Amino acid sequence: MNKAVLEFSSRAENVAFARVAVAAFVSQVDFTLPDLEEIKVVVSEAVSNAIIHGYENNPDQVVRLEMSIADEYMELVVIDRGKGIEDIQKALEPAFSTDPERMGLGFSFMQSFMDKFKVQSKPGQGTRVKMSRRAGAPRRAVVPEQ
Amino acid sequence: MNYTIKKENNCLVVAPTGEIDMSITDALRRDVDRALEQSQVYNIIFDLAGVSFVDSSGLGVILGRYKKVSAAGGRVFLTGAGPQVKKVLELSGLLTLLEEHPSVEYIISKIS
Repeated sequence: MNKAVLEFSSRAENVAFARVAVAAFVSQVDFTLPDLEEIKVVVSEAVSNAIIHGYENNPDQVVRLEMSIADEYMELVVIDRGKGIEDIQKALEPAFSTDPERMGLGFSFMQSFMDKFKVQSKPGQGTRVKMSRRAGAPRRAVVPEQ
Repeated sequence: MNYTIKKENNCLVVAPTGEIDMSITDALRRDVDRALEQSQVYNIIFDLAGVSFVDSSGLGVILGRYKKVSAAGGRVFLTGAGPQVKKVLELSGLLTLLEEHPSVEYIISKIS
């Protein structure tokens, strides 16, 4: 297994950095370009959630991103130590958002573009989103574990 | 990421380029809203031909403008979406709310 860990400030400009870093790392696995585009969406959504919801746009916190690859498989864990999610079930509902300018589709995209998806969160302690995907595997929207 | 916003006939044409994520959406939202107020038009065309990446933050800007102008009788149109952008648009359900057409010129001729 090949692993990499990134920790970066919870700043908006680091969302693009995270996308590019993950795409570069997992490109060692035989993902197609459309696969990599989907993985970039997933990274963008998870890191944006950590910054916007976890840290409420405080730029001085830290987002941790753990990635690993083995054979034709990638796993990604995005961790914040922010405010956490009160009701994970509700947060996972498509189009649920606390902000009328947002679509509430972040978790939907993560579920659609990954094979496995798990959210762990406690109010006041932060959120951990773990996702994985196998190259070349047919995918369907997964029922999230909690 | 950059964008142009210009008025053409009774439309505001918004043409972003590059990647749209949360690092740009506040500015994009603010500038489109300001242009709507100044131009006094209520139709928006998002020309997405130059967009290489969009996530739900970017789609939120489009949805928010749709809610805003549709309340005033306006419409929002999309054109030029490449494969990645098209995929997230389809998954989001936005294409059921908004009209997608082949070109800016076509849309302007259609509604002018």
